[in-house]
Amino acid sequence: MSDPVSKSTLTHIQRLEAEAIHIMREVVAEATNPVMLYSVGKDSAVMLHLARKAFYPSPPPFPLLHVDTTWKFQAMYELRERMAKESGMELLVHQNPEAAERGINPFDHGPLHTDMWKTEGLKQALDKWGFDAAFGGARRDEEKSRAKERIFSFRTASHGWDPKNQRPELWNIYNARKNKGESIRVFPISNWTELDIWQYIRLNDVPIVPLYFAARRPTFEWEGGLFMADDLPRLEKVLGYRPEITERSIRFRTLGCFPLTGAVESNATTLNEVIQETLLTTTSERQGRVIDKDAGGAGMEVKKQQGYF
Amino acid sequence: MTVQEPIYQTEALIAEDIEAYLNLHQHKSMLRFITCGSVDDGKSTLIGRLLYDSKMIFEDQLAALENDSKKVGTQGHEIDFALLVDGLAAEREQGITIDVAYRFFSTEKRKFIVADCPGHEQYTRNMVTGASTADLAVILIDARKGVLTQTRRHSYLCHLIGIRHIVLAVNKMDLIGYDQARYDAIVADYAAFAASIGIEAFTAMPISGFKGDNITALSENTPWYSGPTLMGHLEAVEVNTAAEAAGVFRMPVQWVNRPNLDFRGFSGLISNGTVRKGDAVRVLPSGKTSTVTRIVTLDGDLDEAVAGQSITLCLADEIDCSRGDVLAAADAPPQVADQFETNLVWMADEPLVPGRAYWLKLASQTVSVTVSQPKCTINVNTMERLAAKTLELNAIGLAEITTDRPIVFEPYTESRTLGGFILIDKISNATVAAGMLNFSLRRAQNVHWQALDVTREAHARLKGQSPAVLWFTGLSGSGKSTIANLVEKKLHALGKHTFLLDGDNVRHGLNKDLGFTETDRIENIRRVGEVAKLMTDAGLIVLTAFISPFRAERDMVRGLLAADGRDGEFFEIFVDTPLEEAERRDVKGLYKKARSGALKNFTGIDSPYEAPEKPEIRVDTMRETPEEAAERIVALIIGDWMPVI
Repeated sequence: MSDPVSKSTLTHIQRLEAEAIHIMREVVAEATNPVMLYSVGKDSAVMLHLARKAFYPSPPPFPLLHVDTTWKFQAMYELRERMAKESGMELLVHQNPEAAERGINPFDHGPLHTDMWKTEGLKQALDKWGFDAAFGGARRDEEKSRAKERIFSFRTASHGWDPKNQRPELWNIYNARKNKGESIRVFPISNWTELDIWQYIRLNDVPIVPLYFAARRPTFEWEGGLFMADDLPRLEKVLGYRPEITERSIRFRTLGCFPLTGAVESNATTLNEVIQETLLTTTSERQGRVIDKDAGGAGMEVKKQQGYF
Repeated sequence: MTVQEPIYQTEALIAEDIEAYLNLHQHKSMLRFITCGSVDDGKSTLIGRLLYDSKMIFEDQLAALENDSKKVGTQGHEIDFALLVDGLAAEREQGITIDVAYRFFSTEKRKFIVADCPGHEQYTRNMVTGASTADLAVILIDARKGVLTQTRRHSYLCHLIGIRHIVLAVNKMDLIGYDQARYDAIVADYAAFAASIGIEAFTAMPISGFKGDNITALSENTPWYSGPTLMGHLEAVEVNTAAEAAGVFRMPVQWVNRPNLDFRGFSGLISNGTVRKGDAVRVLPSGKTSTVTRIVTLDGDLDEAVAGQSITLCLADEIDCSRGDVLAAADAPPQVADQFETNLVWMADEPLVPGRAYWLKLASQTVSVTVSQPKCTINVNTMERLAAKTLELNAIGLAEITTDRPIVFEPYTESRTLGGFILIDKISNATVAAGMLNFSLRRAQNVHWQALDVTREAHARLKGQSPAVLWFTGLSGSGKSTIANLVEKKLHALGKHTFLLDGDNVRHGLNKDLGFTETDRIENIRRVGEVAKLMTDAGLIVLTAFISPFRAERDMVRGLLAADGRDGEFFEIFVDTPLEEAERRDVKGLYKKARSGALKNFTGIDSPYEAPEKPEIRVDTMRETPEEAAERIVALIIGDWMPVI
């Protein structure tokens, strides 16, 4: 990524990369038990790549943690296993046993699905392994309350976030000290935009889930959205009927749980085409996800106060 | 109507040649800036406008915005761009900005990160957070209101935090009918203020964030304005990393990379300069030197790396180097010291406790530190310097700090990385202050002391006396000079070698460059203290007659002598005259001037006098005549203390 124009002025991508690496090294130097949250999405892919750069030739000195909802796409589980192996990192997977027992699913339980599997699941996992610092791939351009969040974001012992009383964060000096029971969520790619993420993936050949690229896939329509039938027998079970399957050329702009993440019809099969489509599209990224719409404009802020990432 | 030139043609390029577009985007530089100003000057609206004009607002956001504008907007039926930026529920409810919001947009030339900073004084710490990473500040002024207290406060903070580029955006020009005379008057007003606080240059422009004048295109509403548009200026100014890259190599070591016995690398972010394979480097504070053998990255070894890059270096020698050390160019290393003068911005509800131990974090160094009682605080609304015992939330002060071991540093003006630090409360772990190192107090560390054959004892012996400093302090008109004069006459008559340093006289020569602000007063006293010390080295009995209103400075002079083990040579003589009496006497007519406002920073009137707590001698002028007081002082000096060496 050398810049042929001027050696003394780094490009914005170079500066963002250096900033993220600096943040990761600070956490490793100061936290006692850090972990990297890994959701297998494109932001997680970039995070993992940055971690490998930050500590090369050592493997990143922390495990990957996947808070699994059991409703991820098959292709995501496949990439997860492959990347853990390639990076030489330990992979920890946590599924909220209570959510599993109660059969919580996105079709019947709506917002409760996110709350139980993700918010509660994350808290359980952090407590279970005693992590005091968790890297997350959230970006400030995603959503309004994220735009206000510090890079080192403190959580009380009960994982709450107090947006009105955040620690001042000066220059690139991060105060990682905390009291017993408190933890830090660290966002090394806070200052990246969606385009920066794509640009970085392109420049560094970062492996991402194939679902980001268009292909002919089995789809069905549900509550006005277009979804992929990733596991038809299971779908049938929770929906109580066999949805009408149509094969369409689709791809995903974001990847979450498959019924919470809508697909878009697309013919973008290369990275350049995906980026092109992303840039020309007129709906902002998270619209495909249902989560921000809860509780009006303050949906994410409320979720974060409750401990969501 | 504003001239709308389609200057952002990115969409066409994206559609036609995505490869070319991505190559263009890849080579953009990045500018970080902040917007600040008074509460309703339109900061959030301006940012909303920049996002809108650079097409960073998507259709769904725009639809939601139109909806919100009708519900809670403050712009009638028009779109309220501020709602795009104020993201916290409490902010939207109250219509104010509490915390810094970071927004992103890019043009064909640059990517921008803009921090929208809160205007209220109670959120100063959040503003400083936003300013600390900025290359540029846009200071907004409401054209109807002109320069306000908050404008001044934010300008001062931006200058303090070292932002090199200041833009004065005179906003809401549409509401004053694009009146050039009004604009010129505001700019002139601001220029005078800026010069007074040391801002050397700024760029002024008339804009309307709401209407879009002079944002991306020059407005036909202001034909008299020929400067750059706001966006044009943001695209053109030099970013900090360019300046940092031009410096001498420094890299604070964050982490030592040891995957196996054969590899030992030092990881960090280069803060200044360039490093190349084969360069001689020095490890600070140990001072050991070695040579760079490799610059390691996942993408292969580099031949050189510059400021702003995160790298891992390997060295030729097995020298001791760990987190907290600084790798630097071997022939131009940074300094190492443990006592500093600093500017502090206090950020916690609990005030500073002078003498208490805090953690100090500077780059990757964390040490224990104590802060002295502040020399002064700055009233950021009036720029006045005031005596202070502590620093409260949002206070800015000048204070000395002492670390428990030497740290590697550079003055903040030379390096944000090696000169900027935070203080952390050891109990709550909260970040309680941001600090900037001005200089180390052991400035003599690089100047070797010349051993003199004729010692101070020899000087004193020849004069048949023990040297001393008689430090007279008290209000203007209290009688300091009168009594000091009498004491000197009496000592002279006794054959003692004396010298009287008089406040007014010193200001005609040695200190004629100093005014009467608190910093200048502090410097005045520091110089007098140093001169008095030199004179005692020459064996003299030195008498000084200065108001010297601040305890800290008198203690500093006492400390100057104490540092050399000469504690017993300093006599603080408090000439205690009540303010009413001094003002009644008003020998020089100064109180009258001060009361009328013609004289600023006058001790006792609009600047405090801190009476000594334990003076060696106290003179109560309501009970003692000057003659009686002088007799008593001489008796004390000669009789009790001054045996001939």
